[in-house]
Amino acid sequence: MTRPARLRVDPIACDGRGLCAEILPGLITLDDWGYPVIQGEVPAALVADAGEAVRVCPKLALHLEKRR
Amino acid sequence: MRAYENITGLPPLVADQPADQLPRLLPAGFAAGPASLAEHIGRYGLLPSSSGDRPDRQALIGEVERSGLTGRGGAAFPTARKLAAVAAQAAPVVVANGTEGEPASAKDKVLLARSPHLVLDGAVLAAAMVGARQAVVVVHQSVREILDQAVAERRRAGLDRVRIRLVTGADRFVGGEASAVVHWIERGVPAPTLTPPRLSERGLGGKPTLVQNVETLAHLALVARYGASWFRALGTAREPGTMLVTILGAVNEPCVHEIAIGTPVGEVLSLAGGASAPLQALLLGGYFGRWAGASEAVPLPFSTAGLAPLGAGPGAGLIAALPADACGLAETARVVRYLADESAGQCGPCLFGLDAVAGEVQRLADGRTSSLATLRRWLGQVDGRGACRHPDGTVGLIRSALTVFAAELDQHAQGWCCATRRGAVLPVPPRRQP
Repeated sequence: MTRPARLRVDPIACDGRGLCAEILPGLITLDDWGYPVIQGEVPAALVADAGEAVRVCPKLALHLEKRR
Repeated sequence: MRAYENITGLPPLVADQPADQLPRLLPAGFAAGPASLAEHIGRYGLLPSSSGDRPDRQALIGEVERSGLTGRGGAAFPTARKLAAVAAQAAPVVVANGTEGEPASAKDKVLLARSPHLVLDGAVLAAAMVGARQAVVVVHQSVREILDQAVAERRRAGLDRVRIRLVTGADRFVGGEASAVVHWIERGVPAPTLTPPRLSERGLGGKPTLVQNVETLAHLALVARYGASWFRALGTAREPGTMLVTILGAVNEPCVHEIAIGTPVGEVLSLAGGASAPLQALLLGGYFGRWAGASEAVPLPFSTAGLAPLGAGPGAGLIAALPADACGLAETARVVRYLADESAGQCGPCLFGLDAVAGEVQRLADGRTSSLATLRRWLGQVDGRGACRHPDGTVGLIRSALTVFAAELDQHAQGWCCATRRGAVLPVPPRRQP
């Protein structure tokens, strides 16, 4: 069973490229300046997509934290 | 506790400090200039020795915990917890933070200029308590010379076993944030870094680092001498001790004063000679603080608990009095523009968001076409979105302005403002050329 997880943006590294919001439209929205806003925890069904978003971030600014 | 080795040429006086008397930190009376090492030791006595033995250190941290001392840099974090976290780790470093980048605040500069040895005592003591061999003391450039002389005096007297290194702080608003101070010392960059890792785990040079405000360290040096119950004799039961406050704006004698925590705001204003004009509002805590209506704030105790009903707090000990003939929106707009310009520029929502927010607040203040709904949306988008609390602090200030100056907002929307005063109340440095 997949444990709940949380996405975290490193706001210093993030450049607002927006790939994460394309992969996870329900979970990540963009603010008025194009920077990602995480909407709550990652539901089990989206954990694989969240992992994909972390991998494709060109600034390596997205992190997936597994909850204990 | 044993005293330090007797210092040649200095009287081995141990003065008793009455627990209920003010000031504790600043020299009493109006003698100008810094207290010399001899004057300092004459007044307070020598610092009790902390030989570096673990039980001694533990006992002293316990005493600090009983004292209830909290950080005086604005966050009011329990000092003993920070000490214990760093003491538990190997080869730590201590940083005394006297950057005081906030243009309205003067309390750390005044403390360093008047009582440099008390701060240095605290820095050396904190280093001994956590097992550090070096204390880096960061001070505003205006007091650097005084500190240079104080450190030289101590070296001549052979006072300290801990090496003191002085660094002139970055003259930037965010330069005083704990991780920014470490970044500045290490690489000359006055910008915050991402947490985690916590500084107590990995800070200066990768070492566990204790960053304490200089006023906190001065209190620490007194707790070590006179004990927790002495410290608690002033202040409130939940927020014991004294604190330094900067009082400015529409008061007769803008100044820095030491108060017992919980002193009513009105009494604090009278320490500055009282209001110089009818007051409309007070800015409490600093530029990351909150506006409050003057009549609501004046009777309240200046403490976290006392100001909580107004959504405000003592912050870094600032009270700025806004006279009735000034415009709170215009004052806020100027400060917010300054804060936006002072963004370290690392985080998008802070860099772009605060700039947009500052523009909208200025348009509101100018009575130009603006949208309160847009502003509120942006505030929500900026709040909590940085690596440090710079955006959050700015948002808090604006939200309080929108509440306290709500009547002004309506007037400005209709194209008029009832302020008659020319000139600014809150100090803001000239804009930097990009």
